Amino acid sequence: MMATEILMPALSPTMEEGKLAKWLVKEGDKVAAGDILAEIETDKAVMEFEAVEDGVIGKLLVPEGAEGVAVSTPIALLLEEGESVDAASAPAPAPASTAPAPAPQESSAASAAPAAPEAPDDPQIPPGTEMRQTTVREALRDAMAEEMRRDEGVFLMGEEVAQYQGAYKVSQGLLDEFGARRVIDTPITEMGFAGLGVGAAFAGLRPVVEFMTFNFAMQAIDHIINSAAKTLYMSGGQMPCPIVFRGANGAAARVAAQHSQDYAAWYAHVPGLWVAQPYSAADAKGLLKSAIRSDNPVVFLENELMYGEAFEVPALDDYTIPFGKARIWREGTDVTLVSFGIGMKWALQAADALAGQGISAEVIDLRTLRPMDTATVIKSVQKTNRCVTVEEGWPVASIGNHISAVLMAEAFDWLDAPVLNVTGKDVPMPYAANLERHALVTAQEVVEAARAVAYR
Amino acid sequence: MAKTKSTPKTNTSGEELRAFYRQMLLIRRFEEKAGQLYGMGLIGGFCHLYIGQEAVVVGLEAVAREGDKRITSYRDHGHMLACGMDPKGVMAELTGRAGGYSKGKGGSMHMFSREKDFYGGHGIVGAQVPIGTGLAFADKYRGNDNVTFTYFGDGAANQGQVYESFNMAELWQLPVIYVIENNQYAMGTAVTRASSTPELYTRGEAFNIPGEQVDGMDVLAVRDAGRRAAEFVRAGKGPYILEMKTYRYRGHSMSDPAKYRTREEVQKVRAERDAIDHVRDLLLQGKHADEAALKEIDKEIKAVVNEAAEFARESPEPDLSELWSDIYAEAAGGAE
Repeated sequence: MMATEILMPALSPTMEEGKLAKWLVKEGDKVAAGDILAEIETDKAVMEFEAVEDGVIGKLLVPEGAEGVAVSTPIALLLEEGESVDAASAPAPAPASTAPAPAPQESSAASAAPAAPEAPDDPQIPPGTEMRQTTVREALRDAMAEEMRRDEGVFLMGEEVAQYQGAYKVSQGLLDEFGARRVIDTPITEMGFAGLGVGAAFAGLRPVVEFMTFNFAMQAIDHIINSAAKTLYMSGGQMPCPIVFRGANGAAARVAAQHSQDYAAWYAHVPGLWVAQPYSAADAKGLLKSAIRSDNPVVFLENELMYGEAFEVPALDDYTIPFGKARIWREGTDVTLVSFGIGMKWALQAADALAGQGISAEVIDLRTLRPMDTATVIKSVQKTNRCVTVEEGWPVASIGNHISAVLMAEAFDWLDAPVLNVTGKDVPMPYAANLERHALVTAQEVVEAARAVAYR
Repeated sequence: MAKTKSTPKTNTSGEELRAFYRQMLLIRRFEEKAGQLYGMGLIGGFCHLYIGQEAVVVGLEAVAREGDKRITSYRDHGHMLACGMDPKGVMAELTGRAGGYSKGKGGSMHMFSREKDFYGGHGIVGAQVPIGTGLAFADKYRGNDNVTFTYFGDGAANQGQVYESFNMAELWQLPVIYVIENNQYAMGTAVTRASSTPELYTRGEAFNIPGEQVDGMDVLAVRDAGRRAAEFVRAGKGPYILEMKTYRYRGHSMSDPAKYRTREEVQKVRAERDAIDHVRDLLLQGKHADEAALKEIDKEIKAVVNEAAEFARESPEPDLSELWSDIYAEAAGGAE
């Protein structure tokens, strides 16, 4: 007779820890398989957690309300009838809220990431402005809410954006504040609702169309490109299309090839579109507000793995960031690292590691891919004479390829080494954990590329 | 659910018949002229003529109100003329000139007029259907009683996005009239060879959208069906489908050898069902006009079309700076 440990479950592909929101059983309760034991708050939603076998709750190891409980931490002991807790020799309860267990896998620097770096000085933020720790998820929601308050014509539509509060909780609270007229759940018909959004935009409204992920936007890409991006031109300037297509882009975790693709290069290719792929919460907020106000169709590429990351966001009434301006996160003299979106994580980690090896890296976040601030990259390369690009997407016809070509044409005489592109591997994303790790970019690969161009 | 074949009771006036005659004749003569200019090399690319289908747009425009919107496919010249766009601007767009509605940058398939609430002119089969549904969404959002006429052909009627649109339009009770212009051929494929259920007016049944089949060669039947549809839709009862049985006399585009049907088939429709001849007969029989009066109208229309063609030939090609304009609605802030 052995007590069974009930472990903190992984309730989403990206969940590494969660909050034990509520116990629905107490010690001594008899439970049957299928009974709901607890409510657990993940990065996406509050989920009910069921017993998988019959027994008696011997001990609750993690108190109600505990945050940051790592996946696989024992949270309760399940006894067989007649068994006592003492006999079962309970393990020490996990100190949940103080020390989250290390992430299960990730040998790369990813899981060991320090708190997100502070954003460099932003000239648009007046000195003395209060800075608030905000997740990317909250920043995106705040941007939409502010713009919806400001302009009656702004509305949000997509799958699960309203009653469900967003598949990734990005639209949490918007239905309550703005009602069903302006926060609209759609059928799972991407081509149809993307086209409908384009029509509403032609008629002068400002739709924000959420794709649950951009993988599904391939069903709608005809409307994004043929209908939204080209019509202003084809109409001789008569028919602007003020629409934002936004949602999660790129690899999440263990969801394999059809759900793990970075579309940066695809959309950046298209004249008529604006394309943003922000990294920090402040940029996510400022750029999304600009995107909603723009009369241009905007593709706004977010990242599921970044939604929960917190950054400082200025507490300003109206914080917007212009498209086409890169942000220099870190100044350096030996090599320029250029990235955007989640690639910035690997670039900044690599810059830390390189500093330890005596190589000073300048790190540039493009923030928007169309228009793209190549001037800032060129200026940096004129100083460092070396450049490494970092992105999650595939290597062929990538953003890095474009930057390489621009540098060759416009900064050839300043280059002391070939520009290297660190990219995702040229394969469909595999499912197996080890293969997936190898398919993705790592900070170590960025470090190696930087050392290669620095000949060190 | 109404899916009856219409039985038009001709309730009309001499004034209305003369207006229909004039509008349909304008479309036909305009298209004939476009065909000539194409043959002369003045119009390039794809050019899809509307000859034969004139009664559809003319009959429906008769029930449109200020603020109603319309959107269609690439066979769009007739729709533009019927909603009052300037023949000069349309023809100059066909010739790719600065005086065209899109400054020469859109061509035959891509023209728009905000002033006339004409939302294109779309080159991808079926794409205009969700867009038209979105135009209707905007009217519902704003709470007005305007409707959107969303035209598409029998070919597009098999597109998946059409049904995605039907679903949302009924779900959200959007004020949209779906007009299926069934001209019998999707390019060279007859309806019966492409559609498992060729009775296209029934295609809304699964969504609870009423549908009607209408003789699209009879402008009065079209007008009456349009009136019923518009009344239903304006009352907030959701979308409505009109299947217009019509016929295109010319090829799919100018480069169509039309081997998929016989010359006799085309001649038979022209001889027995022609929309313009029908109105001409009604005018003469009802003594609303005599031959001389009709000849006068013919002459006027000819002059308008000749003037449009002249304008389209004389208008300069777009300035080379136009290559780089209208890509973005505002200066793309920042570098590059």
